[in-house]
Amino acid sequence: MNAASLSGTAPILEIEGLHLTIRGDRQHVPILRGVDLAVAPGEVHGLVGESGAGKSMVGRIVLGIAPLRSRVGAGTVRFDGADITHLNEAKRRKLMGRGMALIPQDPMTALNPAFRIGDQITDVLRLHMGLDKTAARARALQLLKDVHIRAPERVLRQYPHELSGGMRQRVLIAIAFSCQPKLIIADEPTTALDVTVQRQVLGLIKALQADRGTALLFITHDLGVVAKLCHRITVLHGGRVLEQGDVGPVFSAPKHAYTSALMRATPRYDRPGDALQPVPAALTEELNAEALAYDEARAGGAAHHA
Amino acid sequence: MAELAATRPVWRRATENWRIRVGGGFLFFLVAVALLAPLIAPHDPIDQDLLLQYLPPAWADKGEAAHIFGTDNLGRDILSRLIYGARIALIVAVCAALAAGLIGTTLGLLAGYIGGWVDQAISRLVEIWMAFPAVLLSIVLVAVMGTGLHSVIIAIAVIDWTRFCRVVRAETMAQKAQDYVASAVTIGLPRRRILVREILPNVMPLLLVLLTLEMGIAIIVEAILSYVGLSLSSEFPTWGSMIGAGRQYVNQAPWLMVAPIAMVIATVLALNALGDGLKDTLDPVMRK
Amino acid sequence: MSAGFLLKRLILAIPTLFGVAVIVFVLLRIVPGDPIAMMIGPGATPADIQQLRATYGLDKSIGHQFLLYVNDLAQGRFGTSISMRQDVMELILGRLPVTIELCVMAMLAAMGIGGAMAVTGAYYRGRWPEVGIDGLAGFILAIPDFLWALLFILFVVILSLSGLPISGRISHAISFDAVTNFYLLESLLRLRFNVLGSVLLHMVLPALSLALPLAAIISRVLKTSLNEAMTQDYVQLARVKGFTRFRIVAREALRNALVPTVTLTGVQFTFLVGGTVLVEKIFSYPGIGNMAIDAVINRDLPLIQGLVLTFAVLFIAINLAVDMSYALLNPRMRHG
Repeated sequence: MNAASLSGTAPILEIEGLHLTIRGDRQHVPILRGVDLAVAPGEVHGLVGESGAGKSMVGRIVLGIAPLRSRVGAGTVRFDGADITHLNEAKRRKLMGRGMALIPQDPMTALNPAFRIGDQITDVLRLHMGLDKTAARARALQLLKDVHIRAPERVLRQYPHELSGGMRQRVLIAIAFSCQPKLIIADEPTTALDVTVQRQVLGLIKALQADRGTALLFITHDLGVVAKLCHRITVLHGGRVLEQGDVGPVFSAPKHAYTSALMRATPRYDRPGDALQPVPAALTEELNAEALAYDEARAGGAAHHA
Repeated sequence: MAELAATRPVWRRATENWRIRVGGGFLFFLVAVALLAPLIAPHDPIDQDLLLQYLPPAWADKGEAAHIFGTDNLGRDILSRLIYGARIALIVAVCAALAAGLIGTTLGLLAGYIGGWVDQAISRLVEIWMAFPAVLLSIVLVAVMGTGLHSVIIAIAVIDWTRFCRVVRAETMAQKAQDYVASAVTIGLPRRRILVREILPNVMPLLLVLLTLEMGIAIIVEAILSYVGLSLSSEFPTWGSMIGAGRQYVNQAPWLMVAPIAMVIATVLALNALGDGLKDTLDPVMRK
Repeated sequence: MSAGFLLKRLILAIPTLFGVAVIVFVLLRIVPGDPIAMMIGPGATPADIQQLRATYGLDKSIGHQFLLYVNDLAQGRFGTSISMRQDVMELILGRLPVTIELCVMAMLAAMGIGGAMAVTGAYYRGRWPEVGIDGLAGFILAIPDFLWALLFILFVVILSLSGLPISGRISHAISFDAVTNFYLLESLLRLRFNVLGSVLLHMVLPALSLALPLAAIISRVLKTSLNEAMTQDYVQLARVKGFTRFRIVAREALRNALVPTVTLTGVQFTFLVGGTVLVEKIFSYPGIGNMAIDAVINRDLPLIQGLVLTFAVLFIAINLAVDMSYALLNPRMRHG
């Protein structure tokens, strides 16, 4: 995994100073506190953090599916040079498919149970690539082969409930790559799968990405996956970027204590005997305090509870 | 007991609910009109005056102030007939709803509590009963029993008890699974006592909602029956028979139909609103 | 799945039908008043009355009558109508196509109107159009089908809308030598478009009256299902795929929302058929519903029996159709 020397080309995705709050019952809860992130074309960028760190939110904002109760406070998101932070619905729809795509987390619920697999692949093809029915079907067949699904002819006619979790995820991967997007957001795509299936699916994603040169924002809490797959990494906690850089240097010499703590907490298959050390509570508290301090500094005084 | 503690906030909440206010208010007005009919009706409802047939409402030309809503084909004052019609509508509504409720609740309680073959038999009965077209059956029944207020009430009760039965059965089964029933059984209370004293009060709120719904249905069925001429003899003013006459003479005197139809619709809407409002206020109580 | 499933449901329907037949028999034997005496003119001798009675089998014992009744039913003989002097089966079969065509149109209208309301409500979730549609549905539901029929007639008369007919099935001016009584189908197949037009026009108000309550219920139930479906993950993926909100509501979500809607609204379709008893009368529409009321008033036992049983069969058929469409719509059951 070479640290891609992709500098010199403009990033496909550029996030600057992104702030996000979610409207709770009485107050606005900060989720993202000034996130900076850049993904170059063809780069695999790992976005890591514990649950609740806000990493999924980053992906959702980029894709335009942030929850209704959320609000982007400050900052910009630029895709392929254009500012998409507050893009209207119609323009955003045009971006999808050929611009960016998603590999969702839960394959069991992400496919529509009422439609056949074939229809769920060809609908995107026909929408964004302008293919007719026959051409789309042929392409869908090829895509299923690309994701190593056996008996693809049969699978095209099947319904999601007839497939296993692993097969469904492959279908979702096929859908994501189908319109040859510039950027794919993978939101914990293997978390819901069995361990053995995980490895196969990760290998598949890696191969497809390398083959087509698609940029990939890989959201996960598993550092082991990042080590295998990613060129660069961003470590998130409490909606703040704690560390960022090429994977090799970050792993061999982490600058932030939290990064080291995360590494110690990650199981390693090559050293199964190592004892796992959870992230120390003191460290977490310290980081939380820093986050609150950040909020207060931003609010310019005592934090309000509206 | 737990019931009493819950009823005080409930009463307050009930009167604040806009649906109960509007629906209840209209019904209160209707009951008042019905009770005071002899005092407020401008004319005798069955008084015919063949010289004043088909009088349009007072505000149309050729209308007369003495007959605000006009007269029908036999010269009878429409407003007076409307007012007296309210009496019959309300009597039928209340009696039929209570009768249907009595039959349905009894059978529902038995089916839900005793279970076994009793439940099977009653459920089968409900199934077959519901295979009949209700309207047709009510007409058949009244034709069988002859016209008259009693047969209308019996017909409605006999046809619609299934509505109560199903709901009460389900609720009884749910209540039966509760702890207070188990403790009553272990104490050794007789079945009948458990049903009446323990389970029934908890089913009451649901029953209240169903009763308002049933009253609305009763008014409609009565209107249907008297429209068809099977309710009371046409001398008696019922909203349904007024609608029936209106249909016959719709080309000469369209206004004949408007008032009674409006009354039926308004009453049913009011009852629905009342029922919905009751459901809203009683729901959190039932959750306990 | 289909054949065995169908057979099982048909077999289960038989005891229900039998129960209905028994109840009808019992109810009508309690009739006070003599139908024979009503039929026969003045000046009839007791012998005449006795003879007529024997013709209708009303002189035998109750038990004997019941056995004859069951026997006849099993062979599809419903007897002769007392008031119309024709074979009951012929009478009913003659008018059945009229009611069937009306009911089918009404059901289609209900699904169309209800579906459109539900999709619009779900599309504008949380905004005022949704509230408006809820209110509209509630208002429609408060008024039963026969009152809608009367209201329509009122509108037509008061507003002098001469284009909308309020009685009959076809304009008197048009002659149609039909082979079957399925005017709608036949005029379409034979390309007699003026007949088709007249028949459709006469159907508008009666079908609409029957359809409205069902449409309101479909609207409510379907909208709730749609809103529920819109919270699912596959909707999120559809958004990411770049589909418009309309397409997502009307296609992705709708397909999934149909299944629970069918289960919940299925029984309401039978109420629509029951409504023909009054609506056909109000519009003088020559179907089986129209015959029913007169049959009852005339104490026409054989005809009443035949009609009640016919309605029961229609209800059972509709329940069967609902079950089948549920099985068809639910992918899990098709391959089960």
